[in-house]
Amino acid sequence: MSEITGYRRPSPGTQPDYLFPKYVSTIKRAPTRPLVILPHTLTELTGPVFGHDEVKATDSDLTKQHAGDPIGERIIVSGRVLDENGKPVPHTLVEVWQANSAGRYPHRADQHDAPTDPNFTGAGRALTDEHGHYRFVTIKPGEYPWRNHFNAWRPAHIHFSLFGPAFATRLVTQMYFPGDPLLPFDPMFNCVPDERARNRLISALDWETTIPEIALGYRFDIVLRGPDETPMERKS
Amino acid sequence: MSLQATTSQTVGPYLHIGLTPMTIENLAPAGVAGERISIEGRVVDGDGKPVNDAMVEIWQASAAGKYGGKDFRGFGRSPTDDNGMFRFQTIKPGRVPGPGGKLQAPHIAANIFMRGQLKQLVSRIYFPDDPANAEDPVLALVPAERRVTLTAKGAGKSGAFEWNVILQGKDETVFFDC
Repeated sequence: MSEITGYRRPSPGTQPDYLFPKYVSTIKRAPTRPLVILPHTLTELTGPVFGHDEVKATDSDLTKQHAGDPIGERIIVSGRVLDENGKPVPHTLVEVWQANSAGRYPHRADQHDAPTDPNFTGAGRALTDEHGHYRFVTIKPGEYPWRNHFNAWRPAHIHFSLFGPAFATRLVTQMYFPGDPLLPFDPMFNCVPDERARNRLISALDWETTIPEIALGYRFDIVLRGPDETPMERKS
Repeated sequence: MSLQATTSQTVGPYLHIGLTPMTIENLAPAGVAGERISIEGRVVDGDGKPVNDAMVEIWQASAAGKYGGKDFRGFGRSPTDDNGMFRFQTIKPGRVPGPGGKLQAPHIAANIFMRGQLKQLVSRIYFPDDPANAEDPVLALVPAERRVTLTAKGAGKSGAFEWNVILQGKDETVFFDC
């Protein structure tokens, strides 16, 4: 196996810029000075490893974290974590969080007039298996208003946080649902010009993982940055 | 097969629900070898206001300059408080190789996440008065007058190193395109 010398830089239009004025909060938080291009050294090529002592099997079922069942439509969200070379990313930590079915987070900053659910916290975590698979049982999150612009509503989404093998592969993203009519109006979803990149944030209804009479399955595959090809691997 | 990395999205204002259950502010419990240090700082926005909904993650080598050892994982995560403050207790990292096998000065890598950022900010923390800073290959890429933003201020009154994340303005922290 060849030694990894660096991770690929993103294809144009597939990753957001820091400043994106339609998402108003970026205006006072985006860097204004030029970024310094960082060569990938051992610091960026290595990263933390998490294990089963930190992730319990029950952490991936968000419907079983309290005494009762949460209100809402039970769903199964699963997929694979791959790198840009199509190689599975095994044993990596996946953290998720989401609103309840009424579009409310149990958080002091969430003042939306919708009920909290004593049986739903909305946080989960899992490790991918040796083939890069992960799976969560949860309920479908609700849409909710936010104050970015007049009549702003976030489409239903689940936040995902992933580590991958290196500091440079760290990724936080959001998963959306197919057919959500709010997607064309959401500044976050529309933060990149590449339409195919945006559409990869939308999960797909998945009959393979749907459990009859129990829960619909949604599939969301996630791609982390892949190692650059070394000069030796390149065909001349 | 060639795929494209999934588009980054903001952590949003409710990151605490999913991410702070795994807060790790003490990276070096008793038994870990190395010089004990504390690092704390504040995240400040373009209006000079503290950012109370950010999270700082750090990644560092052991005192011996090894990443990801059994005795010292080297990963920390601290959410900012109402004053925009984050904090870590750790050990001073050793030197690790840089480009061309040249050693880097002791440093800690930082990923900073918050509402209002569609992807994490990447920065580094260096230590004041370390002679190795002068020959560090990454610091050398940073305009000389801005290097000060990557260097923690020497142990203050609480005994901690101070390293602030200034998002905008004349003292804006250097952020990297990683």
